[in-house]
Amino acid sequence: MSKPVLRVQDLAVNFINQTGGIFRRRERVLRAVNGISFDLHASETLGIVGESGSGKSTLARAILGLIKPSRGRVMWRGDNLTELDEEALRQKRKEFQIVFQDPIASLDPRMTAGDIISEPLWTFYPNMATVQVEERARGMMKMVGLLPNQINRYPHEFSGGQCQRIGIARALVLNPRLVICDEPVSALDVSIQAQIINLLKDLQKKLGLSLIFVAHDLSIVKHISDRVMVMYMGSAMELSTREALYQKPLHPYTSALMKSVAIPDPKLAAAARQDSWLTGDMPSPYDPPKGCVFHTRCPYMVKRCEADVPALRHMEDGNRVACHRAEELDLAI
Amino acid sequence: MALLEVRDLTVTFDTQEGKVCAVDGLDFNVETGETLAIVGESGAGKSQLMMAIMGLLAENGSASGSAMFKGRDLMSMTPKELNRIRGAEIAMIFQDPMTSLNPYLTIEKQMTEVVVHHQGLRRDEARAHAVEMLRAVRIPDPEERIKQYPHEYSGGMRQRVMIAMGLLCAPDLLIADEPSTALDVTVQAQITQLIGELGEKSNMSMILITHDLAAVAEIASRVIVMYAGEVVETGTVNDIFYRPCHPYTQGLLASVPRMDSSLDDPLRAIPGNPPNLQDLPAGCRFRDRCVKAVDACRSRPPVQVQDDGRTSRCFLDMMTGEVLEVPVSEEPERSGTEVLEPQAPASETVK
Repeated sequence: MSKPVLRVQDLAVNFINQTGGIFRRRERVLRAVNGISFDLHASETLGIVGESGSGKSTLARAILGLIKPSRGRVMWRGDNLTELDEEALRQKRKEFQIVFQDPIASLDPRMTAGDIISEPLWTFYPNMATVQVEERARGMMKMVGLLPNQINRYPHEFSGGQCQRIGIARALVLNPRLVICDEPVSALDVSIQAQIINLLKDLQKKLGLSLIFVAHDLSIVKHISDRVMVMYMGSAMELSTREALYQKPLHPYTSALMKSVAIPDPKLAAAARQDSWLTGDMPSPYDPPKGCVFHTRCPYMVKRCEADVPALRHMEDGNRVACHRAEELDLAI
Repeated sequence: MALLEVRDLTVTFDTQEGKVCAVDGLDFNVETGETLAIVGESGAGKSQLMMAIMGLLAENGSASGSAMFKGRDLMSMTPKELNRIRGAEIAMIFQDPMTSLNPYLTIEKQMTEVVVHHQGLRRDEARAHAVEMLRAVRIPDPEERIKQYPHEYSGGMRQRVMIAMGLLCAPDLLIADEPSTALDVTVQAQITQLIGELGEKSNMSMILITHDLAAVAEIASRVIVMYAGEVVETGTVNDIFYRPCHPYTQGLLASVPRMDSSLDDPLRAIPGNPPNLQDLPAGCRFRDRCVKAVDACRSRPPVQVQDDGRTSRCFLDMMTGEVLEVPVSEEPERSGTEVLEPQAPASETVK
């Protein structure tokens, strides 16, 4: 296989939260991302899935250098992004872009679609001719399925799905090699979600992009990912190819997430009701369980899980799992 | 007699850009003990419909039509009369459990207030009842947790509290507006199940307003599908999921990403965007996005009704899917309320 474009090595992000009054000040450390490592190849899509509070968005932001990691390295085509100074990192950002969750809030309401899409061009190529910029913006609009003659409209004149298309055009205008999509469809209606996922998939193929697609639901990333990483409380539970993960998940948490996606079919939904077993809520992130972080909710928990933290280890087929009992459990769907 | 009979309900909003008709002449019944799901995407009018019935419309909104609840018209009641019914006979659960609870008051204070107001219980009786309800929605250690404030609860637990509050006065009708949307998938499943079980146990009727088709499949008995302020299809849950007639319902079902589909199945989107309510296309409102649209769709589609009450607003025959040969005459103009004239077809269609 080719050399990976992105290597994330033991990346960790801690947030420090101060509580208590002036006289009883106490610092609490929240380990939002706790030692994540993975490689991403050119033209590959990695889905990152987890419940809210699992650290998936923090991980995405730390990779882009929008949050300073506490530990670890982000190697982008040979450069360690965590060591670059601000200006060097800014220049590098041309190569990796982000699409945000809320399509409407992430667009400036006082800028036209054309202004929004061409802003990155003005920032990085201030000497570019106006005509050229506009031409490029129109080209981008066409590429993402908007009409170029809507270039002078404002965000409020577009629907949610169209706003997300503008967000995608803005992310792609600099010809990046990596695009991180942080829950790009969560705020959209079902019929529009599918449009945006299909659009991203097409663009990825056409442009040879690497994609990181963050979602809270395994059904969303199923159609777009080559590999999927499942996160829980800041740690990776499983990192498998799409084929392997959806047919035979290795981690009990993956299996639980899969079962919790209800199926829109009255008969199957009734059957699934008997079968779902993930109970309770995620423990407090300030006080994560000892040993395996998932053991408090895991039905396959044994003594060992309370004491030893399972490493994310390679299985025979190259997929990775952080579970002591991965070999003996059969979680096939 | 049905528990709730809604007739010709129309909701309009006065906005800076003119009048917007969010709900356009809706008729439906809710029978005792049934769970009716109202499905639609944002802007379909499903939430405003309920707000109108409950007298909770925003200031610039106005509603017409009737909503007969146990023989009394909710729409013509004074706020005082409505206050006696809301929370007691009709309860609501809102989408966002984070903002629906008062952060300054303990759960106990918020829960007992309801029963003290409606049933005149003493504080200690009210408290015991509230604890019992918290136990019914499976909040562990309710005697202790009732003393806590909302921020000490997780999102899923807060939604359980909302459900418990809704059930405090044993309402005849529970309206749940997107009860699981703001929650994590794993918690969504728990909340949907809980609501389904509570509905089964009591003889309470329920209206579930949602865009989550999986939740509908799990707990609804009958379904109304709305699009751009109108009902496009109604039927039993099995009809809607296994034999959808309307192209919009078909498209909606096909666009849901499913865990049980094969990995190679493409995700089928409905093309285009929902119409602007201020600039609705003439004729069928779904026409611009419909893969089965024909010339006839330029005029208002007829509402076909089957013997069992199943309906579809479409020029395609409900049984055969063929184009109806003689388009049924257009719906009569409604009187009494201002009906917004459909504008010229929207020019901006997006590929």
